[in-house]
Amino acid sequence: MESTYNLLANFAQTGGLLYFMAIFAGVVIYAVWPGNKERFDDAAQIPLREDD
Amino acid sequence: MSAWKKHEIFEKNSLILTIGIVVMVSIGGLVEIVPLYYLKSTIEKTEGMRPYTPLELAGRNIYVREGCYTCHSQQIRPLRDELERYGMYSLAAESMYDRPFQWGSKRTGPDLARVGGKYSDEWQRDHLINPRSVSPTSIMPGYPFLAENKLNTRDIQDHLELNAMYGVPYTEDQIKYARADLIAQADPERGDIDGFEERYPGALARSFDGDPSQITEMDALIAYLQMLGTLVDFELYDNNANLR
Amino acid sequence: MSERRARYLSLEEGGFALLLAATAFLCLIIAGKTFDQVLAFHASLISLAAAVGTFFIFRRYFDGDTMPIPQEVDGKPNYNMAPVEFAAWASVFWGIAGFLVGLIIALQLAYPALNLDLPWTHFGRMRPLHTSAVIFAFGGNVLLATSMYVVQRTCRARMPGRILPWFVVLGYNLFIVVAGTGYLLGVTHGKEYAEPEWYADYLLTVVWVFYLLLFLGTLWKRKEPHIYVANWFYLAFIVTIAVLHVFNNMALPISMYSSKSYIVWAGVQDAMVQWWYGHNAVGFFLTAGFLAIMYYFIPKRADRPVYSYRLSIVHFWALIFIYIWAGPHHLHYTSLPQWASTLGMTFSIILWMPSWGGMINGLMTLSGAWDKLRTDPVLRMMVVSVAFYGMSTFEGPVMSIRAVNSLSHYTDWTIGHVHAGALGWVGYISFGALYCLIPWLYNKKDVYSLRLVDWHFWVSTLGIVLYICAMWVSGIMQGLMWRAYDSLGFLEYSFIETVDAMHPFYVMRALGGGLFLLGALIMVYNLYMTARHGESAEAVAAQPDGRLAAAE
Repeated sequence: MESTYNLLANFAQTGGLLYFMAIFAGVVIYAVWPGNKERFDDAAQIPLREDD
Repeated sequence: MSAWKKHEIFEKNSLILTIGIVVMVSIGGLVEIVPLYYLKSTIEKTEGMRPYTPLELAGRNIYVREGCYTCHSQQIRPLRDELERYGMYSLAAESMYDRPFQWGSKRTGPDLARVGGKYSDEWQRDHLINPRSVSPTSIMPGYPFLAENKLNTRDIQDHLELNAMYGVPYTEDQIKYARADLIAQADPERGDIDGFEERYPGALARSFDGDPSQITEMDALIAYLQMLGTLVDFELYDNNANLR
Repeated sequence: MSERRARYLSLEEGGFALLLAATAFLCLIIAGKTFDQVLAFHASLISLAAAVGTFFIFRRYFDGDTMPIPQEVDGKPNYNMAPVEFAAWASVFWGIAGFLVGLIIALQLAYPALNLDLPWTHFGRMRPLHTSAVIFAFGGNVLLATSMYVVQRTCRARMPGRILPWFVVLGYNLFIVVAGTGYLLGVTHGKEYAEPEWYADYLLTVVWVFYLLLFLGTLWKRKEPHIYVANWFYLAFIVTIAVLHVFNNMALPISMYSSKSYIVWAGVQDAMVQWWYGHNAVGFFLTAGFLAIMYYFIPKRADRPVYSYRLSIVHFWALIFIYIWAGPHHLHYTSLPQWASTLGMTFSIILWMPSWGGMINGLMTLSGAWDKLRTDPVLRMMVVSVAFYGMSTFEGPVMSIRAVNSLSHYTDWTIGHVHAGALGWVGYISFGALYCLIPWLYNKKDVYSLRLVDWHFWVSTLGIVLYICAMWVSGIMQGLMWRAYDSLGFLEYSFIETVDAMHPFYVMRALGGGLFLLGALIMVYNLYMTARHGESAEAVAAQPDGRLAAAE
């Protein structure tokens, strides 16, 4: 019994931390990647472009 | 660079975006919910828990129907003032047959997890009909119609059957005699009280609304209120046995 | 090409006709066989609605009107705005209804005689009506209207289908009617914010799947290479609500002919599923969906792009990833195992970061144009809404801390917190969106009267401040009174004494709610006058396809 809970808790704590940081780092790197700048700047203008 | 280009699909391909969202939101839910079914320590071992009698179940459904949970919780927290005001803190085992759970989120009125036996049937009836008659500054609505509405007993067996299907340990006899048990509990003079007591040892049986001429919704609701939080035998409860 | 188009459309119509006819037939059988009066009423209602829908599909078919709808007119996308218009007005209607019911139940808490001691008028049945009316009916229709508008405009494409958009909009509002009348007649699941019974849930599930298809279908038709970030938020809202709704409402009726169902989850597991749902209904319905509104309407109204598109991407993924974990903070100190509520608390605190990231992104969109706050009350309303978002997403993590929660839980503090978010954030961003949307839909230059928008803003702001302050005081006081001890070590107050102490604050809260309702009524007049008498914009947009508008 004891081991089930501890195993799960350890896994959740370390694994969760790593998983969360990996995802966050991935998203941030993607967002600030210089090569993406142009597309994002363009995308930001989408609502302001009038077609009528 | 090309590795990062792959992330682009999240924007360009709506299906992958959709799947990305589903994956993200599933993980949190699964991690929090699934272990509750596998960790044995979630629901404590107790003595005395039994499924609701047909009358109590009908009463519980009236409790749900009238939205009592919008003002009353059924969950005592292990905090000093709550233990003194309401009694022993609630165990997960005590709501293991509750569909839906009625822990509530607001105490406009007091917690009801252990209200069973705290007040007399007459008090409960008067209070439900007109709360101000027994508690002059109460802001609870009155429910006089409960005393007049005849309880619907037609499909009570279906209620027990569905619960049994979900794993509530109703016996075959309990299901078979559901309607008879309901009548016996609310009106022991008329019904088969011996059979009822054999099937639900220790359950209270009497005319809860004080009017034996018919079985009303008031009977059912008071029967439910009077058993709330009374099942588990805390003399025999060993909290340390649950520390795993 | 056009021939293939026409065949495709008639396939859509045939499919919907079949679905509606089958629904009508099935519901008629249920209505005929059930002993359950409420179910009979609802089944008849759904049957009738489905039959009328079928009739309109066939009427168009027999009228010989098989011309495909042009996707473009004069080289511009031929947007389908009639369903948007319907949803926008529906949100106005349900908003007033929901605020009014809120005011009534607020008064009931101050003056219990107003419960009237009748089954269908007391607090217990009215409170779910209020929450559902404001969240799902008002908020839901705002989200339907704006999502259909935004996704079309930012994709520069017409929504797919002739019937599909109407099926979604009308089906959703039918669900609202079925759910709302059900509460009053005593048909409820008994789970907060998920009260609709099994058949209403099935109805919503079907409508929601078609909503997802409609939204994705529009994305697939897009002319823009990029999916604008507002659409990410809308998509997260639609997808996640579908997942949450299905799992939290997994129930079987005791028979096909009964309105009563039992949920498969029980006790502690049901509690966990419920608050996983409940908190994410806040996170994905009331936050993600309305953030989408922020990301489109604020830049549009301020006429400048969002402050940082990069931040919006980080905001999106961080928000949806973290929010989904926060649910168990509703269950501190309960029989839920502590590891789960600790997890919920941890993520709730982390959640503060993406929430404020989003707030900063919204507010800073105004940088360089702050003067507009003085001259444009619509923009001011939306910016203040973002400020309220910031306030309530700061308060939320604080209240999720176990020690704070032990005081705040079960008290009016929670109610105040919810209303800071609901009235301030969701309400104001919705009003702002409606003040933008109605002139656009009716091709008007602006709202009928900006002065009235100003009045609306100040009257409701006063209302919100009254409301929140009253609930802060009463909530904290209540929590402190419950745990107060006298010098002999006994509990100082009986429960009823704590109830008595709430009275002045309940009156004050009702006053605040009344002001908020008054503000909303000013808006209704203003929007009506905009549609009827507003000054028309110079450019005449080619669009209306009002053909199915008759189906309303």
